[in-house]
Amino acid sequence: MNEIIEIPLEKLHDEALRLYNDKKMDFLESLTGMDWGDSLGVVYHLESTVTGERMTIKTLTTDRENPEIPSVCDIWKAAEFNEREVYDFYGIRFIGHPDMRRLFLRNDWVGYPMRKDDDPMDERNPLRMDNEETIDTTTELELNPDGSIKDKENIIFDDREYVVNIGPQHPATHGVLRFRVSLEGENIKKLDANCGYIHRGIEKMCESLTYPQTLALTDRLDYLGAQQNRHALCMCIERAMGVEVSERVQYIRTIMDELQRIDSHLLFYSCLCMDLGALTAFFYGFRDREKILDIFEETCGGRLIMNYNTIGGVQDDIHPNFVKRVKEFIVYLRGIIHEYHDVFTGNVIAQQRLKGVGVLSREDAISFGATGGTGRASGWACDVRKRMPYGVYDKVDFKEIIYTEGDSFARYMVRMDEIMESMRIIEQLIDNIPEGNFQEKMKPIIRVPEGSYYAAVEGSRGEFGVYLESRGDKTPYRVHFRSTGLPLVSTVDTICRGSKIADLIAIGGTLDYVVPDIDR
Amino acid sequence: MEMKKPKIKSIPYEDFVDNESLEQMVKELNEGGANVFLGALDDVINWGRSNSLWPLTFATSCCGIEFMSLGAARYDMARFGFEVARASPRQADMIMVCGTITNKMAPVLKRLYDQMADPKYVVAVGGCAVSGGPFKKSYHVLNGVDKILPVDVYIPGCPPRPEAFYYGLMQLQRKVKVEKFFGGVNKKEKKDE
Amino acid sequence: MFDFSIVTSWIHQTLTSLMPEGLAVFIECVAIGICILLMYAVLAVILIYMERKVCAFFQCRLGPNRVGKWGSIQVFADVIKMLIKEIIELKHADKFLYELAPFMVIIASVMAFSCIPINKGMEILDFNVGVFFLLAASSIGVVGILLAGWGSNNKFSLIGAMRSGAQIISYELSVGLSILTMVVLTGSMQFSEIVANQADGWFIFKGHIPALIAFVIYLIAGNAETNRGPFDLPEQRVSSPPDTIPNTAVCISDSSTWLNTLTCLLLPLLQPLSS
Repeated sequence: MNEIIEIPLEKLHDEALRLYNDKKMDFLESLTGMDWGDSLGVVYHLESTVTGERMTIKTLTTDRENPEIPSVCDIWKAAEFNEREVYDFYGIRFIGHPDMRRLFLRNDWVGYPMRKDDDPMDERNPLRMDNEETIDTTTELELNPDGSIKDKENIIFDDREYVVNIGPQHPATHGVLRFRVSLEGENIKKLDANCGYIHRGIEKMCESLTYPQTLALTDRLDYLGAQQNRHALCMCIERAMGVEVSERVQYIRTIMDELQRIDSHLLFYSCLCMDLGALTAFFYGFRDREKILDIFEETCGGRLIMNYNTIGGVQDDIHPNFVKRVKEFIVYLRGIIHEYHDVFTGNVIAQQRLKGVGVLSREDAISFGATGGTGRASGWACDVRKRMPYGVYDKVDFKEIIYTEGDSFARYMVRMDEIMESMRIIEQLIDNIPEGNFQEKMKPIIRVPEGSYYAAVEGSRGEFGVYLESRGDKTPYRVHFRSTGLPLVSTVDTICRGSKIADLIAIGGTLDYVVPDIDR
Repeated sequence: MEMKKPKIKSIPYEDFVDNESLEQMVKELNEGGANVFLGALDDVINWGRSNSLWPLTFATSCCGIEFMSLGAARYDMARFGFEVARASPRQADMIMVCGTITNKMAPVLKRLYDQMADPKYVVAVGGCAVSGGPFKKSYHVLNGVDKILPVDVYIPGCPPRPEAFYYGLMQLQRKVKVEKFFGGVNKKEKKDE
Repeated sequence: MFDFSIVTSWIHQTLTSLMPEGLAVFIECVAIGICILLMYAVLAVILIYMERKVCAFFQCRLGPNRVGKWGSIQVFADVIKMLIKEIIELKHADKFLYELAPFMVIIASVMAFSCIPINKGMEILDFNVGVFFLLAASSIGVVGILLAGWGSNNKFSLIGAMRSGAQIISYELSVGLSILTMVVLTGSMQFSEIVANQADGWFIFKGHIPALIAFVIYLIAGNAETNRGPFDLPEQRVSSPPDTIPNTAVCISDSSTWLNTLTCLLLPLLQPLSS
């Protein structure tokens, strides 16, 4: 992988600004907190949407008592939530960040779990059954002209505002996500997202598991992109070890990814219609999704959690009926997809609730890092399958669906068109699966050579990346999953201002995030 | 009057694995004495309750999708009368805890359970709710929802198939049929709690 | 045809001969009240079962089919279960208003229901300003809903009640104007007169275009008034925050919305019974 450029702490902000302006590095792909034993720091993965150039920079501080790093959230809005996550896990405070609060853990949590010298299972943090105290103010670290740091208090919600709590248990938030919304009548003035209700500590757990064991957890991150997540991690480890998988495996992985994508988009359609009140469409989507799940179950053994990709290949060869069933399914779906559009797309209610609602501009999408269908609906060509082709995507011919309006209707149409594109990809591949073995011979204990590696796939919801840093052991030193959903949730505040509560549901449904992917 | 063997339509008595605990409950009830009129009334009320268990929509992660599949067209939950999934805990009969419960979510879940009206039941679905599942070693995951709630039925699996859901729900139906309603199951909490 | 007032006057005479007039009238009122509530219950059971089965068939699945043949006694199981649930008292709610709210909704619904002329002589309320009374009485329901939202001392209930109330009030105008078409075509506001005037043909055919337009508008606005889909946004189970409409009010307003719809729709359709 390309080398990481280290930038000293004081020059970080200016260097980042220079990269943004001169080299047009406007997409902050991933921001990872790191603990290198003697120092704490952050690794930034940057990409330019104009030139396609990628680079990785890092910065570190040796002060472990009171680490402070300049914030870059005024350059890339994606940094807002990511820096809060780094503060939550490592304790690094970012100077100039307007909202330095914990993101995932309770605000009365003691300690910073991802630090190497911190044991989060000890008695400092028992199971607290009382409700979290809601704190409506937050601190910002301000840099004074003379160089000293001052704590400034920012107010999130005033006492006089009408704040309504939506979630965490709520049928329409696609998981456990809590929004606190300040209302004026039915209009939303400000929104504050509260994540962490399904934070399972996967990244910390991975540091004590061997590489094959870490694969088991990736299926459960974004469970509607289970094949794709595991593909990303396997790809990262295989590239790090220099293992070449056979053509057959590449074909199988690509076909499985595309089937998973169709499955996820059908569920997106069902849930969006259910949220807007059209219950019948929910059943149509699930009926067809069951057919894909039958195909998965025959080959992989599972309906939702497949456990199929392994390091060096796949678990077992495809079932003899696989090719026939996939072909039958594609013929069936092509014939029936017009029903979906008949029932929902042309409906005047659906159009009024989706058109013009929740517009996300292209600059905002790039700045937040909102990839996937959301980014493509705003006019940003962010498909990983075209930018950094993997599998056999460079050999197939498919279009990248781009709409420019950026409203909820565009986000909806992007995904419906992507179903058709996925079917085209599968049709081109399904008859030509070459012979070969389905699993390379690997050593019984897998060790990854020292270094840092990044691999990304196009998940159903966006770019899912894996950043792996290894010190040559059989367990990874640090695994970070670039979540598809976190940028999407961070855009909700910007998009929702001024719209009504009912629009919030339509926006949340079309952004299509899955909460366990956000909280990891 | 003797409490009859709890019968569920179309599944033979021998096919349920956990009949011993139910038989035990029936034996205790019969020893305590069940009089004729109340016994018959109990039967009718328990029949009504077991055929109309309304779940609360509570899904945190992957098992939630299987719960949605359960309500969808292929494995139709409505055949049993369960499809009226209420969004509000005050109107629901049972809570199916589908998915991992983290330390941050635990007080919320307890609050939801407290808000439900008696008689209420808890079904722990999936490995994570039963015992922590694949995330047992994590610092932020509650190892099993029975640490904070009284669970009636456990449905293991990761995620359990919809048929496994049905087995668990039918077991809950049998449990409801066997309970002694008057004086037994309507556990009203004291006023000062 | 059979004039039911023969039966009613016979009952009245026997009762007054046995006891003082006031007590006789009181017993008659109680009997009628019980009849209305029974009719509510029967109609509710049938309609709920029908909704579940019909919706299920739209959605390519079967509805209830375990409880009784074709699931026909499913609703009875639901009723039994609802009756034995614990009634939760809210500590911070205004007790009087909160308990009063469902009663207001039911009173409005029952009053509107009793205006329906079921047969000749078999009307419960038959004023000469029948239509006016119907519109006024059904508007009381709004008060009940707003009371429930306000009295529960809860932000979400307030938002839900406001949304629901706003929707109901907005559509009352359309309901009123479309009913007035019938008054214009008849020349009288009394229900039995309106029904009797259709002895030689329904107004939909006799009055053609205005009556047809009024019918369609009434159908849509009536649905909106009672929060049935596609106007069920304020009540929407899926997207509104929990406890939007308090518990008791929901269970009761569920059945009364059914019956309100029925009330309103049955008006132009009762002509065959009297001809």
